[in-house]
Amino acid sequence: MSRRDTMATDTAMVAAEATTGSGATTAGGPPAQTTERDRADTTRPRRRSWRGPRRNPVATGMWYLSLTVLSAVVLYPLVWLVLATFKPSSEFGANRGLLPWEPTLANYANVWDGIAGIPLWRYALNSLVVATLAVVGTLTASSLTAYAFARIPFKGSGIFFTLMIGTLLLPFHVIIIPQYIIFNQLDLVDTYVPLLIGKFLATDAFFVFLMVQFIRNIPRELDEAARIDGAGHLRVFWSVIVPLLRPALVTAGIFSFIWSWNDFLPPLIYLTSPENYTLPIALRLFNDATSTSDYGATMAASFLALVPVLLFFLIFQRLLIQGVATQGLKG
Amino acid sequence: MAASPDPGQTPTTDDSGRTADRRAAGGTAAATRAGRRASRSSNARVIARRETVAGYGFMVPWLIGFFGLTIGPMLISLYLAFTRYNILRPPRWVGFDNFVRMFTDDPVFLRSATVTLQYVLVGTPIKLAAALAIAMLLNNITRGSGFFRSAFYAPSLIGASVSVAIVWRAMFSANGPVDTSLQFFGLNLGGWVGNVDLAIPMMIILAVWQFGAPMVIFLAGLKQIPTELYEAADVDGAGAVRKFWKVTVPMLSPVIFFNLLLETIHAFQVFGSAFIISGGTGAPAGRLNFFTVYMYKRGFQDLQMGYAAAIAWVVLVAVAIVALIMFRTARSWVFYAGDSR
Repeated sequence: MSRRDTMATDTAMVAAEATTGSGATTAGGPPAQTTERDRADTTRPRRRSWRGPRRNPVATGMWYLSLTVLSAVVLYPLVWLVLATFKPSSEFGANRGLLPWEPTLANYANVWDGIAGIPLWRYALNSLVVATLAVVGTLTASSLTAYAFARIPFKGSGIFFTLMIGTLLLPFHVIIIPQYIIFNQLDLVDTYVPLLIGKFLATDAFFVFLMVQFIRNIPRELDEAARIDGAGHLRVFWSVIVPLLRPALVTAGIFSFIWSWNDFLPPLIYLTSPENYTLPIALRLFNDATSTSDYGATMAASFLALVPVLLFFLIFQRLLIQGVATQGLKG
Repeated sequence: MAASPDPGQTPTTDDSGRTADRRAAGGTAAATRAGRRASRSSNARVIARRETVAGYGFMVPWLIGFFGLTIGPMLISLYLAFTRYNILRPPRWVGFDNFVRMFTDDPVFLRSATVTLQYVLVGTPIKLAAALAIAMLLNNITRGSGFFRSAFYAPSLIGASVSVAIVWRAMFSANGPVDTSLQFFGLNLGGWVGNVDLAIPMMIILAVWQFGAPMVIFLAGLKQIPTELYEAADVDGAGAVRKFWKVTVPMLSPVIFFNLLLETIHAFQVFGSAFIISGGTGAPAGRLNFFTVYMYKRGFQDLQMGYAAAIAWVVLVAVAIVALIMFRTARSWVFYAGDSR
């Protein structure tokens, strides 16, 4: 918990630096400002010139205005979706506006009745099981791999690290067909094994890389102290690294959950019987079957499928955004 | 053992294991009786070996995944690309037939290649330009930047989902919100979904809508640029445009390169949205029949696994060429601070 806070404060500090650096003349630190002004009135124009012309209130107003308009445009599809779930299906052709004329909950009731005779919660449950197991697998396998890359100096580590980064750039096209053939031969089609085994084998390099970067920033003295006390690598990993790795584990866990929740192609290929469908596949079925007849219910189902992702995002947005940011800088 | 004066030695070791290791390391029988120096150097070797064993031990899951789910399948798919294979009967070797057919006798493939390249090569630069522009806007404000950053990032998290594809289809249909808004400005374009000329732009808008992820990366990069550089540029009388090209772009070039590479490769792999929006067909007139969609249809609907594998390898080579061009040209424009070049 405390580490996570530290990590969060790091970003906050960066932001705060920017704030104090630029906002000093406008709002921050009145006493310092007055003394400086007293000292030399002639420095004022020069000071303004290093602030640059960017800081004048009109420009700032323009910035905020454009950002507000932009965020309205960006969020419009989501707002539209939420409001559309309350429109009766009959309204969709005629009502071109954002707001429903006759708000109704009928769409949600229809969705509750289910898709292909199976209630929606069943698909949600399938998705939940798959996504949860994906998180468990990803965290276990990626952290073990990351520890080896970051802390154990072994022969071949450099080559394998390069190869791992290489898989980040590998399009999935080339492996999806043979993978299907393999799983088909092993009689694992229509099970969740093909969707999950890769997670337990750390095939997603993004997570390994994220954790390698994080572990490299943990002071080595901590594990060296443990090693002198007689701890082996497993012990150091479990008692020293894993507790400190928690912020990275949370970030990786959420990303892994969301990606698995939204995943489309693998479940489309591997899941054949409707009672095994995950939510996106059920949604596709529902969309194809009812998009012309029951538009409102399609919208309600689409929105419900997004709810867990949006909740995770609202709660953990800072960690998620930071996860993305570090990924880019170190790459 | 207890008398061993070696501080680097982990105390958990037992004597017999150590001797065995030492012998295996190529030491003669005399090595067991050797003096402290020899013992220390072989101890270092023992430690190195033990580290290697531990390293590979931790790597076991990844190694199985790497060879079993990545390298192995890649080789299988390379082999399949030269065969005709429908899963039910064993693959039959056909040489370069699949590739020849693809480029000489399959207009659907050529159309698919064209639309995919259009989408990738037009969409990605627009997306990145938007990401950079908005990151710079955000970098200039102090209050509320967290809110805007989150609002802009949200689409990146959900953009590839089936839900958003369904929403997009609705938004861009005839008399949908987009069409209605454009009619207000006197533009009667009708629905975009079924329109041959507007289907790809619609997909590009969907891609650009997800500018948040590269924006966050740009923003982190912008924060790392020392303000002294801008102050120096101010002193030299540089304007905003000049500062952008002479300070921001060079200082940000590694991040730009990273984003460009990853977003391009990512764009080649778009599947779900094109599949859902076109109702699984790649319509209208193959405009949404991206590589991935076409490969899926050939491989999993027509069960032409050999042909689909050949398509996959063509895509891989196309991606590799694009990446190679980027790496090659990077030398002339990507600037690493602290580099002596």
